[in-house]
Amino acid sequence: MKNSLIKVCLFALLVGEGLIVSAFSAQARSEEPSLRVASDFATVVGGLTSKSFKEKARIIDELTGFEDQRVPLVLDALLNGDLYYDKKSQDIVILEKVEGDYLATEVVSGRERGVVKKRSMKKVGVNNSLRRQLRSRLAAFRLKSDDRELRLTAAQEILKAPSREFLPALNDALSKEKVNVLREALELARAAVLLGSEDAAERLQAVESMADASDHRVVTMLELLLIQDDQGEYAEPDAAVRAAASEALVDLRTRAKIYKFFEDLFFGISLGSVLLLAAVGLAITFGVMGVINMAHGEMIMLGAYTTYVIQLLMPNHIGLSLIVAIPAAFVVSGLFGVAIERGVIRFLYGRPLETLLATFGISLILQQLVRSIFTPLNRSVITPEWLSGSWQVNGMLSLTYNRLYIIIFALLVLFALIQLLKRTFFGLQMRAVTQNRAMASSMGIRTGWVDALTFGLGSGIAGVAGVALSQLTNVGPNLGQSYIIDSFMVVVFGGVGNLMGTFVGAMSLGIVNKFAEPFTGAVLAKILILVFVILFIQRRPRGLFALKGRFVED
Amino acid sequence: MSFASERNYLQDRGGAWLIALVTLTIVVVPILNLAVPPESPLHISTYTVSLLGKYLCFALLALAVDLIWGYAGILSLGHGAFFALGGYAMGMYMMRQIGDRGVYGHPELPDFMVFLNWTELPWYWYGFDSFPFALLMVLLAPGVLAFVFGWLAFRSRVTGVYFSIITQALTYAMMLAFFRNDMGFGGNNGLTDFKDILGFSLQSDGTKNALFIGSGIALIAGYLLCRYVVDSKLGRVLISVRDAESRTRFIGYRVEHYKLFVFVLSAMMAGVAGAFYVPQVGIINPGEFAPIVSIEIIIWVAVGGRGFLYGAVIGAILVNYGKTFFTGAFPEIWLFMLGGLFVVSTLFLPRGVVGLFHSLKKSLAEGRLKQEDEQTPMAEEKA
Amino acid sequence: MEGGIHIPTNILYMDGVTVSFDGFKALNALSLVVAPGELRAIIGPNGAGKTTMMDVITGKLRPDTGEVFFRDSIDLTQYDEAEIANLGIGRKFQKPTVIESLRVEENLYLAMAGDRRVFSTLFARQTPQQKQRITEILDLVGLAEKTVDLAGSLSHGQKQWLEIGMLIIQEPELLLVDEPAAGMTDHETELTARLLRDISGERSVVVVEHDMEFIKALDCHVTVLHEGHQLAEGSLARVQEDERVIEVYLGR
Repeated sequence: MKNSLIKVCLFALLVGEGLIVSAFSAQARSEEPSLRVASDFATVVGGLTSKSFKEKARIIDELTGFEDQRVPLVLDALLNGDLYYDKKSQDIVILEKVEGDYLATEVVSGRERGVVKKRSMKKVGVNNSLRRQLRSRLAAFRLKSDDRELRLTAAQEILKAPSREFLPALNDALSKEKVNVLREALELARAAVLLGSEDAAERLQAVESMADASDHRVVTMLELLLIQDDQGEYAEPDAAVRAAASEALVDLRTRAKIYKFFEDLFFGISLGSVLLLAAVGLAITFGVMGVINMAHGEMIMLGAYTTYVIQLLMPNHIGLSLIVAIPAAFVVSGLFGVAIERGVIRFLYGRPLETLLATFGISLILQQLVRSIFTPLNRSVITPEWLSGSWQVNGMLSLTYNRLYIIIFALLVLFALIQLLKRTFFGLQMRAVTQNRAMASSMGIRTGWVDALTFGLGSGIAGVAGVALSQLTNVGPNLGQSYIIDSFMVVVFGGVGNLMGTFVGAMSLGIVNKFAEPFTGAVLAKILILVFVILFIQRRPRGLFALKGRFVED
Repeated sequence: MSFASERNYLQDRGGAWLIALVTLTIVVVPILNLAVPPESPLHISTYTVSLLGKYLCFALLALAVDLIWGYAGILSLGHGAFFALGGYAMGMYMMRQIGDRGVYGHPELPDFMVFLNWTELPWYWYGFDSFPFALLMVLLAPGVLAFVFGWLAFRSRVTGVYFSIITQALTYAMMLAFFRNDMGFGGNNGLTDFKDILGFSLQSDGTKNALFIGSGIALIAGYLLCRYVVDSKLGRVLISVRDAESRTRFIGYRVEHYKLFVFVLSAMMAGVAGAFYVPQVGIINPGEFAPIVSIEIIIWVAVGGRGFLYGAVIGAILVNYGKTFFTGAFPEIWLFMLGGLFVVSTLFLPRGVVGLFHSLKKSLAEGRLKQEDEQTPMAEEKA
Repeated sequence: MEGGIHIPTNILYMDGVTVSFDGFKALNALSLVVAPGELRAIIGPNGAGKTTMMDVITGKLRPDTGEVFFRDSIDLTQYDEAEIANLGIGRKFQKPTVIESLRVEENLYLAMAGDRRVFSTLFARQTPQQKQRITEILDLVGLAEKTVDLAGSLSHGQKQWLEIGMLIIQEPELLLVDEPAAGMTDHETELTARLLRDISGERSVVVVEHDMEFIKALDCHVTVLHEGHQLAEGSLARVQEDERVIEVYLGR
């Protein structure tokens, strides 16, 4: 302090009116921080060209005093070794490597310089102690941020690498934080920090506060305390802390199991929803009409490619393009379906095996068509932001948004379909035709059209399933094939001609698959499911929800 | 009056032609390959010999499928699995024959097992060093699988498309299983790098011709066997099952037993086809279990004409020749063609090219009859 | 089938047989007894359960409750269709079902009583006696001209005759005949009735029919089914006077 005061005085003497100016500026700082930011940020950052690590450490501390968006950027770049300065102009820049070229952005002005030669730049070097400092300051800076997400990430960063240096920032943040979830995260981070304390009482306090947390990392931390070395010495010397830790672990593990169960259930349901989406169209064409459509998978594939094309057409509206893709895919696959029904299938009614073969041929043609147009390479469809990421329920349970949306979407599709069949005139005609063709025909229903539209409906739904699948996997010519067998299994398992059966079938196969996986591995789980369904058909050849009575004739 | 069992080989003109042609081929082709010098335009390359041998194996496989589909109405979309199992059994024998000549030089373990750090031969590889045992397995592996699967399915009266779909699921599951390294069948790469069979090098022209001749003989034997079955009273029962399954039960035939018999027989024939196929192409991998492979077999039979044994053979050779030609000349087009074949043959050729030929012949004969009728005024009374 | 030393009191005995589909009772506590050598006609309006009853007897359907015995002691609910056929019960369907892509003679050959095991049929050779028997039946049903024709090429009435021929050559003890007269000319109907009368005595015959002229020609005991149970039984004349039957049939 004394030192800087002298400097200021010197400065004042030299410049004369300087004192007054700095007094003014000090005042301005308290009222309008941006003023100071504008002038001084550049100077302070400029100091980073210094070779002295001590000087740099000082500058880092000083930088954290600014409330400026650029601060975390600089600190982050410095930590990652992306911060450079121009050898000529001494401007501090962030370098970003893009396909072998280096793109520079000036830190102070935010101006993009475009591609630069790396040789003309000099790296701002850091050492380990600076890195440590950077991490803690970054965390502290973020903990103060207005952005909730940022605060949460900061707390989680600390939890990952707890260190005593974060303690002041954490205490500070805890005293201000009002959001419950964040408080929990902060408490947890603080406990993690305290766990490394020299003081047994602090450690005990930490362990006790950890017992309520739902986080896998806590389990690991507490387990580490109970590890014995070769001499039988525990990592945690204090017996009381150890006792508290093992007690907390019992709770935590039980909770972990419960959450694991819910997570598996969630995955199972989401897999079931994918199966449901893939199979529900088949439930119409196969279940209601009795047409074996081996090209059903390709209808899904067409839907996925429609999504891809629409995204190409609307590159700036990824989110919207996905919404647009739903009706578009329905129409595209639906029209293909109608064409297939009118062109081929209608000549083959009553000959299921021939229908199977002809539609298989169509599936080959469609695959090759797509291969010729879009190349055999997989295309990836961009996921809009609101579909990516996950919902962090707590440290032990996080649900990814895309799966969550797929579950909702699948249920919506099923619901809409049931409504369509039950409430609309078309649905009535369709049911009439499938139950008694001759009677429906004599009542003036154009059975040919109803057949075509019904098949189009089933295919269209497959297309919609393709939109959803494009968010989960890559879009390729073989996309449909991977779902066709599963879809048939679902429909056969659930019972032909019964949408509720399809729903139950899809969900049970999805859930069973997910719960079997940890014990058997993914491939074996799939094999076991197939074997299970094959055996199941032995018991109940007509599925879970079979129709009975005199309409069942073989 | 000609009758069931009396409708014999002599009357089977298509079959007689087929046997004559195959016999001719397996005599002439090796001569043109071995005895005619390479410069001569009549020379047939060893590559072509193996290619033809492959077609003969496919023809046998098609025959097996036609036996169940054409005569008993059982559409199996998983016959590739039986073919592959026969192939694997033969492949395992040839793997064991490699002995210590593998890359790792292990006296007993095949290379891929050494690569996986296995120290012992799995129990199910025991015995495959013996050729007769391997031959037995060529029949038993597909046979037992078909028996167990068929017993479960037919007993529960899983029929029609349901049966087709679960056979497809069966071969799909088998494919997934065989892709796994710890199954002990070489995983992804399958079995390959074979050296010799019964002590004869697989690289030599002599062995290749012998395998070709063997495939031809197997095809003829398979044909005669199928012919016998189809012409027997049992064959009539099969047709009865195909046309009116429930009626057949009410006459007192245990339909499931008949289906099981013919399904197992067919699976074993497919296994034999696979066993001849593998030494000629030099590799067997899980790709053979892929559903598309099995479904392609169906199209051979459909194109040739199901319900005509020689139709299946003609179809297999026609379609595979087309495949060889088109995948070489216009690879893009082949899948379009294959897909188109499925559609066209089901829509316009319900009984395949042989069926088309028969109905053409019939309508020609009828046309002639009609002309005669028109000439005679008594025609209407006669009709 | 063991040579007829033991003559059963009842060839068919059904008691309290109930079959329901999703709550609808196709058979409702049906009881029916048929004596050896008896000819019995079953009539009833559509949906009375006639076909369901045949399905139960021939093993196509399992009853929910009730007993079905053949020859007093054989519990038919324990057997499947093929086994029941081999026990000696033959069935002719309402819609004639013959094996269309086999010849007429081959249809009869398959139906002929004999060993039905897989390997026996694989190595079976037709004996001159069997051939003789087929020719007899062909003459009996008037299809001698059609011997080598495909069964699919026959007219509806000829298919009916072929199916009757198949039923006879099967030599069952009990014949279940579902609407044999459908699609036949009056003359043929008369012939069929006479044929069935001839067969009975030696064997038991149960005929389901709508055609009253045919029933009259059969001249036998009649059972009236209604809504899955027996409404009346007796001679045709008696049944026709029964109030309940009149009500059901004429809707009064």
